[in-house]
Amino acid sequence: MASWKSLTRSNIAWALVALAALLIFNLFFTPHFMHLEIREGHLYGNLIDILKNGAPIMLLAIGMTLVIATHGIDISVGSVVAMSAGVVAILIGGDLAGNPKYPILVAMLAALAICTLAGMWNGMLVSRIGMQPIIATLILFVAGRGIAMLFTNSMQIWLYAKPFALLGQGYVLGLPFDIYIVGFVLLATYLVARRTAVGMFIEAVGINPTAARFSGINSRNILLCAGIAGLIVCSTVMNADGNNAGRLFELDAILAVVLGGTSLNGGKFYLLGSIIGALIIQTLTVTIYAFGVPSDVAPVVKALVVWAFCLLQSPKFRLTVAQMFVRREQSI
Amino acid sequence: MKMRPLTGFRNLPVFVTLGLFIIMFGIGSFAFPGFFAVQNFLNLFIDNSFLLILAVGMTFVIISGGIDLSVGSMLALAGMVASSLLEKVHMSPILVVPIVLAMGTALGLFMGYLIQTFDLPPFIVTLAGLYLARGLCYIVSLFTIAVKNPFVVAAAHAQVHLFGGNFLSPGALIAIAVVLIGFFISRYTKFGRTVFAIGGSETSAILMGLPVAQTKVAIYALSGFCSALGGIVFTLYTLSGYGLNGSGMELDTIAAVVIGGTLLTGGAGNIFGTVLGVFVYGTIQVLIVFEGTLNSWWTRIVIGFLVFVFCLMQRVFERRRGVQGLRSVQAKVAKAG
Repeated sequence: MASWKSLTRSNIAWALVALAALLIFNLFFTPHFMHLEIREGHLYGNLIDILKNGAPIMLLAIGMTLVIATHGIDISVGSVVAMSAGVVAILIGGDLAGNPKYPILVAMLAALAICTLAGMWNGMLVSRIGMQPIIATLILFVAGRGIAMLFTNSMQIWLYAKPFALLGQGYVLGLPFDIYIVGFVLLATYLVARRTAVGMFIEAVGINPTAARFSGINSRNILLCAGIAGLIVCSTVMNADGNNAGRLFELDAILAVVLGGTSLNGGKFYLLGSIIGALIIQTLTVTIYAFGVPSDVAPVVKALVVWAFCLLQSPKFRLTVAQMFVRREQSI
Repeated sequence: MKMRPLTGFRNLPVFVTLGLFIIMFGIGSFAFPGFFAVQNFLNLFIDNSFLLILAVGMTFVIISGGIDLSVGSMLALAGMVASSLLEKVHMSPILVVPIVLAMGTALGLFMGYLIQTFDLPPFIVTLAGLYLARGLCYIVSLFTIAVKNPFVVAAAHAQVHLFGGNFLSPGALIAIAVVLIGFFISRYTKFGRTVFAIGGSETSAILMGLPVAQTKVAIYALSGFCSALGGIVFTLYTLSGYGLNGSGMELDTIAAVVIGGTLLTGGAGNIFGTVLGVFVYGTIQVLIVFEGTLNSWWTRIVIGFLVFVFCLMQRVFERRRGVQGLRSVQAKVAKAG
């Protein structure tokens, strides 16, 4: 049963088991959890909500997966999300009648451009100057939110433009529009990462930068690419949700990637795993709310989950546990 | 023992920070009447007392090559627990302070244990700590708790008078004490030297027979202790506890430490540099207040820019140090040959 063994050993399997366990738990303990209905041609229900509300984290997690695969980390995504939100909000603005100030496409392209610029900036600091990724992205983490606030003059801007609302609230073929964005980005990233050499380069850099250099891979350029990838993705998120400040997004995204089985030490990455990770987080959040826990307390549960998963991934912890079992058997 | 020269290559970043601070204070003094005053300088201690305390703990963590992202929310948690014990349980402040300090130390100890024993990345463990402490704040209370305990209120309004009508707050005095003790520990104790050794090279430190494992755990416990103490001082400063207090403060703290010349890769740093880093941070804020028309968010942008400049400078130093080291080895080899 070689295939069974490889399945249980793969990290995605564990993420799937965790997600399934959560869903089954909800099936029994949360009333109406699996309830789906069609209202005005749209699908409604808890499961759809999880997909829809999890979309931003899923998008961020896709980009973050690539960054983490290079043994890097990007803590600036939340701030960059805020920046792109600021740009979109200002450019679209719009009056009460729903007419945008500038065409929506222009606004979105501008936001994308700014985010890509931010990603290239991060990538440049890491690859050309050789800063640690945490520190390089820390700079934008600190400054980014300030820049976003300057864009909007520290006011909340309400968006009245109608076509823009489609991105965040619209439905296509009965499913929320966000899900299609996630699907498209996932597919595009998958094709680039798995069907071209880029993905292999990323893994090579993450596993051993020195070896990768000897085999002729320029790790610097790859890191640059990863930065761009992460940020193109995250700008898409913001287009879907104009007023969201993206608080603690970076943490959720990192958590999703870790839950999905990509090791923080770089190397092998699992795009699909990260998506499942994001779903776990969202389901967990819904479950916590369903039990009447105040939303502010939810981070406690998240923290415990992160610690538990880190321990499960730690070879040292696995060894310790294994030894405990061995000793017990011997004593019997 | 030979004293190391003060103006050596190692201390250069600290002098750059000192120069930056003097220039910024000078610009403020020329541009705004009333800026140049002894009290305005002392206010840097008073208004940044909690940041100073956090930054001292963080300096140890960063010198050892780690990072602690939980300090901001630990500060909030300490403040919440302290104010709820004071106001809801009506406990005496003499009991509350040790309890809160013990709690902070214990949480730090636990995170250090996870990091050391199971080889987990400090970044993720303390990130989860950030989540945990923030959530625990809201378990204590969802709302602001105002502190009305007469003793604490008296302590908060107390002024310790110095020469010429200038004064310091008790919180600032605590911060100064923490800085001095921190400096002493980092320079003159076995623990302090082990921290530097771990940051320089953990493997070498282990091979030298230094107590690396205990020290690493102790570093995070120390940072937890400092966060809790910072929380108490913050509560004294604001006379309330609230779950959103100190959000983002972990990054301000790291920024101050970096601006103060501590190498993010570990192995080199200076507590007094950190103090200067906090001063630079505080002066930017004061300048923006004095200027009046600038958006307060400019603080963040300027800090981000300064972190960038200092990281760049560190990279240059590291490269030069690397080249120097190589040259000295080459020279030795040439001599031996």
